[in-house]
Amino acid sequence: MQRSHGLASCSEWTGVPLSILLQEAGLQRGAQWLIAEGADACKMSRSVPVYKALRDAMVVYGQNGEALRPEQGYPLRLICPGFEGNINVKWLRRLKVVDRPAYTKDETSKYTELLGDGKARIFTFEMDAKSVITYPSGGDKLEKPGLYEISGLAWSGRGRIRRVDVSINGGRSWATARLQEPILPMAFTRFRMPWSWNGSEATLVSRAVDESGYLQPTRDALVAVRGVNSNYHCNAMKSWRVTNDGSVRNVDA
Amino acid sequence: MWMRKHLIYLLPVFGLAAWAQQPGRYGVGRVPTADEIGAWDISIGPDGKGLPPGGGTAADGKQVYDARCKRCHGDEAKGGDEGALTGGKGTLRTPKPLKTVGSYWPYATTLFDYVRRSMPFKNPGTLSNDQVYAVSAYILQLNGIIKEGDRMDATTLPKVQMPNRNGFVADPRRPPVSPY
Repeated sequence: MQRSHGLASCSEWTGVPLSILLQEAGLQRGAQWLIAEGADACKMSRSVPVYKALRDAMVVYGQNGEALRPEQGYPLRLICPGFEGNINVKWLRRLKVVDRPAYTKDETSKYTELLGDGKARIFTFEMDAKSVITYPSGGDKLEKPGLYEISGLAWSGRGRIRRVDVSINGGRSWATARLQEPILPMAFTRFRMPWSWNGSEATLVSRAVDESGYLQPTRDALVAVRGVNSNYHCNAMKSWRVTNDGSVRNVDA
Repeated sequence: MWMRKHLIYLLPVFGLAAWAQQPGRYGVGRVPTADEIGAWDISIGPDGKGLPPGGGTAADGKQVYDARCKRCHGDEAKGGDEGALTGGKGTLRTPKPLKTVGSYWPYATTLFDYVRRSMPFKNPGTLSNDQVYAVSAYILQLNGIIKEGDRMDATTLPKVQMPNRNGFVADPRRPPVSPY
């Protein structure tokens, strides 16, 4: 679980909308991108489109009700909700407004998706809808047949989660899970479904639908379009196999 | 929804040529001096905007590389504890693509920008501009992109044609119409 989905996280952030800072400083005609730069030893930098800065990006000083911790970017960091996490530059020291992106090392050599035909997608910021069953998941052990609650998390970089379906037979049939409030845009949403395990082998899968109408794809559907080298944006459905003895392990189903 | 709101908001902003001189709504902060901006303004555009004076050749760069970079990136930048900076040509369409400066990076300016801001890993910011130009030239020469005697500077570096310059495409995802 941690190895397959451990790079995802969700926090409550406190700060100032970037739109207010830009209004305060003044944006000139032709302003299309911001270069965000950190004060870390390597001066981490990423180009941020102005549309995001004006829509909902923030410069934050608080996380989960306390001051940013040093390792989380104290005193200030950038947060671009729903975007790939690398763009949330920590220890933010500078925002430079420019007319075209900087093509920094991270946004060219790392955060691009190499497709099967050798071309690579660039500036792919939004994280599409994704979900994962957190219980039961790889490494868990069901002691005996009986009633269990399948539970997991769903999220989308494009808005709220509208629905989550759960399958116990590898996707042959689906039931709609119950969503736990609050259902916030671009935030983890907990889903739950009761399950009576009869002791035979089962393959658990979840799939999320967000408010744009987007349905989380199967691994095969995603690989058909993107190949196998665009890992940072991999949002394929995740399967767990429950075997007869109750142990749970990772499978591609 | 947001778009409609922000279009209304943006029109007056972009309509005022002298907007930058208008007092902000909260009136906090001040305009930094040119010196203050200059001290931190290290980002380099793909058109070379921001490149400093100075320059160097691959021959100069080999000395810098061997002293400051080789320990991690290996002989002739073929890879060591850290990734290879050379090679990988023709591998992007294969099952095992090797993404290096030569095979993957679209702009040579990124090389200068990144080396100057981030390298060497244990002492970033300790190379002079001449050394950064020179080591950039060396990496480009090892990749067969420039010749050994070619001097890299603010004029020549942005003109380097990287082999994979046209290897990048815009994000086509527009859910739910083009979902993946």
